[in-house]
Amino acid sequence: MSRLLTYLFGRLPIGWLQLTHSRGRFFAAVAGVAFANLLVFMQLGIMGALNSSTVAPYAILNADIILSSEDGNTLTDGGHIPRARMFQALGVAGVTDATPLFIGNLPFTLEDGSSVSLLSFGMDIAKPDFTAPVIAPALERLSLENTALLDKGTRGMPTAVIDALTDGERFSFETGGDTLTAIGTMDIGGGFLADGMMMMSDQTFLRVFPARSSGAPNHILLRTGEGIAIDTVVKRLETTLPRGNLRIQSMTSSAANDLAYMSTERPTGIIFGFGVFMGILVGLVIVYQVLSTDVADHLREYATFKAMGYGQSFFLGIIFEEAIILAVFGFIPGFIVSVGLYAALVSVTGLPVEMETGRAILVFLGTLAACSISGAIATRRLVHADPADLF
Amino acid sequence: MTDAPISTQNLDHFFGTGDARKQALFDINLEIKRGSLTVLMGPSGSGKTTLLTLIGCLREVRDGDVRVLGHDLNGASETVLVGLRRRLGFIFQAHNLHESLTATQNVLMGLQVHGNTDVIKARHAAHHILDLLGLADRRNYLPGNLSGGQKQRVAVARALVSNPEIILADEPTAALDKEAGHTVVQMLKSLGSTRGTTTVMVTHDPRILEMADRIISLEDGRVVSDTLQSANQPNRPQLKV
Ligand SMILES: Nc1ncnc2c1ncn2[C@@H]1O[C@H](COP(=O)(O)OP(=O)(O)OP(=O)(O)O)[C@@H](O)[C@H]1O
Ligand SMILES: [Mg+2]
Repeated sequence: MSRLLTYLFGRLPIGWLQLTHSRGRFFAAVAGVAFANLLVFMQLGIMGALNSSTVAPYAILNADIILSSEDGNTLTDGGHIPRARMFQALGVAGVTDATPLFIGNLPFTLEDGSSVSLLSFGMDIAKPDFTAPVIAPALERLSLENTALLDKGTRGMPTAVIDALTDGERFSFETGGDTLTAIGTMDIGGGFLADGMMMMSDQTFLRVFPARSSGAPNHILLRTGEGIAIDTVVKRLETTLPRGNLRIQSMTSSAANDLAYMSTERPTGIIFGFGVFMGILVGLVIVYQVLSTDVADHLREYATFKAMGYGQSFFLGIIFEEAIILAVFGFIPGFIVSVGLYAALVSVTGLPVEMETGRAILVFLGTLAACSISGAIATRRLVHADPADLF
Repeated sequence: MTDAPISTQNLDHFFGTGDARKQALFDINLEIKRGSLTVLMGPSGSGKTTLLTLIGCLREVRDGDVRVLGHDLNGASETVLVGLRRRLGFIFQAHNLHESLTATQNVLMGLQVHGNTDVIKARHAAHHILDLLGLADRRNYLPGNLSGGQKQRVAVARALVSNPEIILADEPTAALDKEAGHTVVQMLKSLGSTRGTTTVMVTHDPRILEMADRIISLEDGRVVSDTLQSANQPNRPQLKV
């Protein structure tokens, strides 16, 4: 290893030799960096799952503009808006089609007595264009009374049920006095919002949510004609529609706003952001501690090198070499353990926690940067290496 | 102007400031000839080390001047000082070897400072000088596994490997046994006659005094005697007291 590094650097790998000379300290430092990496990966993983489950419902919809009530922060909360807005919107130039969207949380009890909540979407099945292409073909089957498509990833749902559904069988369950029959599946996955999702016709929706009325959907989805900028239509709608308690957004900005809200205004988002910050801080402190102790322990040797004519850049080189070695050796185990823990999290919680390449690269670069910053601070101790004290 | 590798002009040196200000050197005027072995002697606290560190560009020259290898040290920039240090070889009283480098690697550090990137050649040179100093079978030992005398010899090898023009040594033979001490001084002497390497050494070792070309005694920061030993003097140095 040291020969290889000598060849690579064109000089002796002092940093490497120095770090590995005190094994105990080296392993402690690597473990520290690995732990900091693990912390950051776990926080980012859960935050990523939070984000993807926030925007997951958008994946089953297919529209250009969404009208919502102003008191809602995300797609799945907030009040209703008058269906009359739909007809008014259809009168605006550029709007080609519109449909109401009903959303509700449906709790029900499984056979084993545990209860799950299903985020239920009620839509006009005569307008399959407003759902994602993977769902649209199944939509007409929902014209049967009290039928629904069930999310494959629903937490707590026996796999036997899901498998049977996929094979074309049916599965009925009681909810608030009604019997609902799942006749197919869709693949969305549970998240932070609910244990799973369900798609049904607006008729069925109004039956299982008797308190809701057809005149007051949660949202109204709009499509715009080709060749017209969506933003232009949004502006027109803003000037035309009555503004009381109505928010008009393109679908993309609606999703982006939901994300921003969840990650910066909700306590969960803030807590995970804080966790990432703590992880970085832990890493910084550990690496600084190790590197500055290392500098302090070698002051005499450094002073000797100074006397021999080595300049400041040589010493900076050693410390950055150490910082990079710690970053690389800490990242590898941190990454591997994180991948394992992600898998464990997925199987226990069903949350969509995934190791994305971009995230891995980002964390690695962050580790390099954090280690270098710690190294840069640790070099301040170098001024104490005075060769005149050697004699 | 002089072509002597080392010369001092009206050199004073003070430590501390205010009431604690203490003068360690008084009006030192020396000229040391190329290729000579000069010994500095004197009681403890007489300023030998101070003079050596001033010549070695390790301490700032403020009053009077020191000229080393054609550069005035008074007011010299850090770049000039670092450049000069590379042309000097230091042998410290304590060996100051790097504990995580092997004997060979420690010696290589003396070469690397010159930007020498031919790793194989450098390794050869390091092995050669370690062999000369009787450390052939200790090349790959870490300092922790070497005796005091062996460590000191590695430090000598590190100072000599890059063929410095001047060697500054502060009691280098204290940790060496008789034979090793003799080998080291013999090496310094022969470097003096073959390459013109100039050596200034602080020592009280009578065996070395015998071999010196010139003996300068300091007392309370002043030169009190300056003797040429002509028996050892192939070409007489100029004397200027
Ligand atoms: N860093 C320092 N700060 C203050 N005073 C110092 C310092 N270094 C040396 N001195 C003082 O300068 C004087 C000369 O010291 P120096 O170390 O040069 O003596 P020396 O001849 O090398 O002695 P020794 O034989 O004990 O090594 C002494 O009085 C010493 O106390
Ligand atoms: Mg001394």
